[in-house]
Amino acid sequence: MGYLPNIIFLLILIAGIGYFSKNIRRLSRNIKLGRKVDVSDHISLRWKNMVRIALGQGKMVVRPVAGIMHIFVYLGFVIINIEVLEIIIDGVLGTHRIFSPLGAFYDFLIASFEVLALMVIVGIVVFWIRRNILRLQRFVKPEMKGWPKLDANLILYFEFVLMSLFLVMNAADAQLQHLGVPHYTRAGAFPVSQFIGHYMEGLSVASLMTMERAAWWLHIVGILFFLNYLYYSKHLHILLAFPNTFYGKVTPNGQLNNLEAVTKEVKLMMDPSADPYAVPAGDSEPPEKFGASDVMDLNRIQLLNAYTCTECGRCTSECPANITGKKLSPRKIMMDTRDRLEEVGKNIEKNKGQFVEDGKQLLGDYIAAEELWACTSCNACVEACPVSIDPLSIIVDMRRYLVMEQSAAPTELNSMMGNIENNGAPWPFNQMDRKNWAEEEN
Amino acid sequence: MKEALKVPTMAEFFASGKHPEVLFWVGCMGSFDDRAKKVTKAFVKILNKAGVSFAVLGAEESCNGDPAKRAGNEFLFQMQAATNIEVMNGYGVKKIVTACPHCFNIIKNEYPGLGGNYEVVHHTQFINQLLEDGRLSMEGGQYKGKRITYHDPCYLGRGNNIYEAPRELIQKLDAELVEMKSCKKRGLCCGAGGAQMFKEPEKGDMDINIKRTEEALETKAEIVAAACPFCNTMMTDGVKGKDKEASVSVMDIAELIANAADL
Repeated sequence: MGYLPNIIFLLILIAGIGYFSKNIRRLSRNIKLGRKVDVSDHISLRWKNMVRIALGQGKMVVRPVAGIMHIFVYLGFVIINIEVLEIIIDGVLGTHRIFSPLGAFYDFLIASFEVLALMVIVGIVVFWIRRNILRLQRFVKPEMKGWPKLDANLILYFEFVLMSLFLVMNAADAQLQHLGVPHYTRAGAFPVSQFIGHYMEGLSVASLMTMERAAWWLHIVGILFFLNYLYYSKHLHILLAFPNTFYGKVTPNGQLNNLEAVTKEVKLMMDPSADPYAVPAGDSEPPEKFGASDVMDLNRIQLLNAYTCTECGRCTSECPANITGKKLSPRKIMMDTRDRLEEVGKNIEKNKGQFVEDGKQLLGDYIAAEELWACTSCNACVEACPVSIDPLSIIVDMRRYLVMEQSAAPTELNSMMGNIENNGAPWPFNQMDRKNWAEEEN
Repeated sequence: MKEALKVPTMAEFFASGKHPEVLFWVGCMGSFDDRAKKVTKAFVKILNKAGVSFAVLGAEESCNGDPAKRAGNEFLFQMQAATNIEVMNGYGVKKIVTACPHCFNIIKNEYPGLGGNYEVVHHTQFINQLLEDGRLSMEGGQYKGKRITYHDPCYLGRGNNIYEAPRELIQKLDAELVEMKSCKKRGLCCGAGGAQMFKEPEKGDMDINIKRTEEALETKAEIVAAACPFCNTMMTDGVKGKDKEASVSVMDIAELIANAADL
């Protein structure tokens, strides 16, 4: 009987971590549906970006209120996890506060965890007010209706409950220590939970112990639940922000990639000795699809971007098209990409590891051409993203598909391109007249 | 009667066996658009005044492919790039200056992968260097104390992190540089990029250039300084749309400098 809690704890821990790693494998399988991309360049710059943008929260503080509150929550969650380590060891071994022999340092640790927990709670409350009372524009855009709104609030409630449980646990623990109850060795300093402790004075040892144990169990079970909730929510950024900023764009924002498949064809077209009627060799691969109409046409970084997006909407609130009432929202581009990727992933699971055509695709069923054609390629979304997501690259890849595979550009753009082809300028002017300005009157 | 512009071509240089210091890439707007041609001429006056040995490609220049590429037509872009690279490599071009951030971005960033490796500078950087090297001098006079706001072109600012050269030039005019609500990294687009210049905007509440013009007018500036022919068009249209053309003018920085240097 004595070992029952340890065994139950171990089973919950294994189940929680086991299910989480299953979801991580799903995630990685889905990302690998994308095209491979070479990221062996600029390694030291990539590390620097990760340290500055993800670890250092460098781009969060561009918006000071949200930025500082986010740093509270971020620091709280990262540092309080040291406490989770202790909880896990205690849970497995049946010990209580196993790190307490650290003495004064332990007191310092617990005290700082408590202060951090309070800061997290402050941050969460501010976030909740911004979303639900102030209703900041970026949180109430059309793509935020329904699940995305609920998801965001659920995460806040969760974090609030987890932090409260941590403080209640400490408060009850301190009372038990004070009463000299065996097993509750004197350890830790409780600058925040002592205020909760006031309300516990005079309670019986039994009810204090029930409280302490209940808070302890709910706290750790809650953390494991939250860990597994990540995959089903927008909240994966707490993990993926790190790889995402590492793999993020390292070339100037203005630079788009050159499609290699096109380069090959252009070289062939411009090579006077190439035989235009040559039959491709028998074993040659079918010609590559130009651009993207579905998630499999995107590259792995773009798909990682989609899972990393936490729907904060900084991109959308800076997007000139969105600001002026167009349908385009860079955040929606990322959310659609993720949702379609999830749909494809489920399709694969249902069909024994093989994707079975479902008559749907990212273009049209999720993202409308109207959204894509509203983009000015200004890079405001890319600049605004605090975790180096690049919605513009997806927009451009989908335009490439529309234009090169479907010839579906807006009419005016077709005439612009016709002019470039025929006259070397987007308007029907003669190339021979390009220097006429020099002779005109000043 | 003002002095005639001296605009030699690469072909002329080549024929005489010489190399210019820099190729001036004029671009389609700078070659054909009436407003942008004035900027081209202003910049040439500056080059002439500073005694810069430069050349243009003239009829050998062709669209760099930016609007095609941003519209999704990678084929047309790469065809254009291949043609232009062949011409420029044929002339042994090393350094290029251009007054268009779209030309600047694409030649600087997207041509190298296709065999075109050049040092590319924007005209605001080039003029700034001329002033710093003492090759060009001017007095603020005309613009002293005037309120000037600067609109960051996306392909110069966010696209390539060039925020300071144009601002330094405005300060050298002894003018009062006032910033718009959104500027530098967070500057609002004029609405022309990504091939939008060549199409009607998608359905919305408002045109982007009007929104940006409102931000410019809020600064109470007399001059909106531009550094891109597309932005110039969009902002000029915006100012006209707001019936402010009598009190607010949209000018390229090269024009401001040329005027200040009394050219």
